[in-house]
Amino acid sequence: MLLDARVPLGPIEKLWDQARFEMKLVNPANKRKHTILVVGSGLAGASAAATLGELGYNVKCFCFQDSPRRAHSIAAQGGINAAKNYHGDGDSVFRLFYDTVKGGDFRSREANVYRLAQISVNIIDQCVAQGVPFAREYGGTLANRSFGGAQVSRTFYARGQTGQQLLLGAYQALERQVHEGRVSMFPRTEMLDLVVIDGRARGIVTRNLVTGQIESHAGDAVVLGTGGYGNVYYLSTNAKGSNCTAIWRAYKRGALFANPCFTQIHPTCIPVSGDYQSKLTLMSESLRNDGRIWVPMKAGDKRAPRQIPETERDYYLERRYPSFGNLVPRDVASRNAKAVCDEGRGVGKTGLGVYLDFADCIQRLGVDVIRERYGNLFEMYQRITDEDPYQAPMRIYPAIHYTMGGLWVDYYLMSTIPGLFVIGEANFSDHGANRLGASALMQGLSDGYFILPYTVGDYIAKTKLETIDTGAAEFLSAEAGVAELTEKLLGIRGRQTVDAFHRQLGKIVWDYCGMSRTGAGLDEAIGEIHRLREQYWRDVKVPGSAEDLNQSLEKAGRVADFFELAELMCIDARHREESCGGHFREEHQTPDGEAQRNDEDFSYAAAWEYKATERAPDLHPVLHKEPLTFEYVHPSQRSYK
Amino acid sequence: MRLILHVWRQRGAKAPGKMTRYEAADVNPDMSMLELLDVLNEGLILKGEEPIAFEHDCREGICGSCGFMINGIAHGPLPATTVCQLSMRHFKDGQELHLEPWRAKAFPVIKDLVVDRGAFDRIIAAAGYISVPTGSAPDGNTILVNKENADRAMDAAACIGCGACVAACPNASAALFTGAKIAHLGLLPQGQPERSRRALSMVRQWNAEGFGSCTNIGECAAVCPKEIALEAIARMNRDFISASWERR
Repeated sequence: MLLDARVPLGPIEKLWDQARFEMKLVNPANKRKHTILVVGSGLAGASAAATLGELGYNVKCFCFQDSPRRAHSIAAQGGINAAKNYHGDGDSVFRLFYDTVKGGDFRSREANVYRLAQISVNIIDQCVAQGVPFAREYGGTLANRSFGGAQVSRTFYARGQTGQQLLLGAYQALERQVHEGRVSMFPRTEMLDLVVIDGRARGIVTRNLVTGQIESHAGDAVVLGTGGYGNVYYLSTNAKGSNCTAIWRAYKRGALFANPCFTQIHPTCIPVSGDYQSKLTLMSESLRNDGRIWVPMKAGDKRAPRQIPETERDYYLERRYPSFGNLVPRDVASRNAKAVCDEGRGVGKTGLGVYLDFADCIQRLGVDVIRERYGNLFEMYQRITDEDPYQAPMRIYPAIHYTMGGLWVDYYLMSTIPGLFVIGEANFSDHGANRLGASALMQGLSDGYFILPYTVGDYIAKTKLETIDTGAAEFLSAEAGVAELTEKLLGIRGRQTVDAFHRQLGKIVWDYCGMSRTGAGLDEAIGEIHRLREQYWRDVKVPGSAEDLNQSLEKAGRVADFFELAELMCIDARHREESCGGHFREEHQTPDGEAQRNDEDFSYAAAWEYKATERAPDLHPVLHKEPLTFEYVHPSQRSYK
Repeated sequence: MRLILHVWRQRGAKAPGKMTRYEAADVNPDMSMLELLDVLNEGLILKGEEPIAFEHDCREGICGSCGFMINGIAHGPLPATTVCQLSMRHFKDGQELHLEPWRAKAFPVIKDLVVDRGAFDRIIAAAGYISVPTGSAPDGNTILVNKENADRAMDAAACIGCGACVAACPNASAALFTGAKIAHLGLLPQGQPERSRRALSMVRQWNAEGFGSCTNIGECAAVCPKEIALEAIARMNRDFISASWERR
């Protein structure tokens, strides 16, 4: 299979204009005759469904939550980048593009990233017009802050709830289209299969989570905006329901999955406190602007933090990276926290934590300034841990937060299955091996509001789509497959719960395919995942029936997919014999312990094709490579020393 | 610590429900209310019983999925806290907790603690937005917004749509939810052109859904996990009255 990204030829700043001009248009009067299925209602899905509805298409939008407003985009705190240069501090589209390509450690596609930077400015305009209450200066202009170590102020924000406000904007635009009758909304509905007819994506099979009914929906294009797969680690900062099922089942129907091993571990989360723990809570990265990170010099030092004298503390980030100090990028900060904990110098009951100390800045700036800057975060920390960060340092530890990998898409956001489009975190396109802060929201809305609505139209205009209905054999067999899987899960009646298995799986993936990886460890992990998966299909216990609201059954299907995805992640991590971004292979590091990229051999996106069949369930996936070339941003070793 | 739970169990919308008693031993005080239910459910599954259905997703207090009554108080005793962030250390060893779903005609029970809040989506769909098609917006700084108004708009926009306000209200009114959206958009210059229509349409939908009227009791604001103030209702009433006057 030849992977053609379909990037137009020409200077990078003209590509998107040119591509749009070359697109064929759908006659406005014909748009309502075309049905588009949008799965997921987060920033990408909701903005796409709303915009497609405005354009006049007949849209069906699906989400597993009780309302589209609850998608996990809502939890994003920090902000959204845009190259507005409102501060005249030297920002530009090119600089945002440059920062994003470099931050992604040269594993993203230049043309896509440039377009993202260009569109960033339109997103802010659109959101302001929708009534998103962005922070303002006294003069009434939009306020900005610098974020994630960027040297310009390009981040727009709405208190610590930027994701919430942007999502509500998109949700309201979506509900407007629901009211107009152009979008039909299907909440509490989960996509369980993709239907491919004559090589094109023509529909989906869903399960109504309240009645258990299996239903088919036919359309001219299918759009997946179903988010990332961080929950493969069990403990993550994702919402509990976030899952990989939609993209995974599309993968099994022929869509290639790119760079599954590129996952982002966020350095500032509240550490795990017990076995009952169901999720991890992120503390905004902005805390690293003033907090100092340290651990005791001596392994096993159990004294209270305030009893450890200055001379016996190791401010390891300041020591190792004198010029960036505590503000090194996420992957570097996370890896270093793991390293000091592995040395036995971690703090807290579990030994898996490092201190983030505000004593110095409270002394320097006064408690009021710190309260004004971080009051809500300190309160959140205290609510969860029952410790007062004004008195004692916070304890933090890295946690999985975002997945850069996802279904492979071309410049038009179309997967390797014609008619199947993938947007937002669910695709692999813009962040390479590491995502910069405040750019996830940007990508979701860029894809949904400004790219997909054009490219879907181009596909529909250029393609002869036969009329189909859900009585077609392909729909019936997909429905039967879904029903069979459900019955199988309910019929095992084993001895362990779904969560118990998920927790064990998460631990394997975290230990071997988390912050640092080795070839031997990954081989080990693949074996362990195999064994556990086999046990899952023999011994899982799923109570209840398929005919009503059954949350255990929902989880059981998702965890079954996580098992398979976990294996692909390890295969991908195993094959990539280099360190880049969030993917750190211990065999590949510089003499002073930094990530060592191998551009000679690995400057490509690794896209995997599913090969297993019922008869040969263990057939290895096949690797396809999309070579990455860098004409505008020259690859260099990232250094934060 | 040890806790006694009395949980509303109801198999489906039409089935009768009842309170069922459970004992939770070895409760870790750092657990959240939902993690306590997780542990309880794991035990129920292994015993061959059906786990308690409850709604949840982000577990950090922002998605608005979770929520039920604890001893008669929506989201439990801690102010400004959803049940997913309510830790067990706020209860006493041996305490009895009664967990019930939101009770309102417009929020029918689906199963156990899960209710259908689709009515909230329909109130937003009625007019809870600014009509601005994608791509038609001017530069973000073309219209200046007074900072105080932007901050007040943000206060109202913080609503997570959990439904605690309705559950706490003796009239099961959706006034705080509806008012919060009307206040948010009405405080911004971008929201002015549709201000009258918005108030009329949203209030009409709220009535059609079977929510009660507002009699200014204030229980809603007292339990709101995002501390939306009653002022939102006053803003809504002003917009509704003046819009009704204009269109008389």
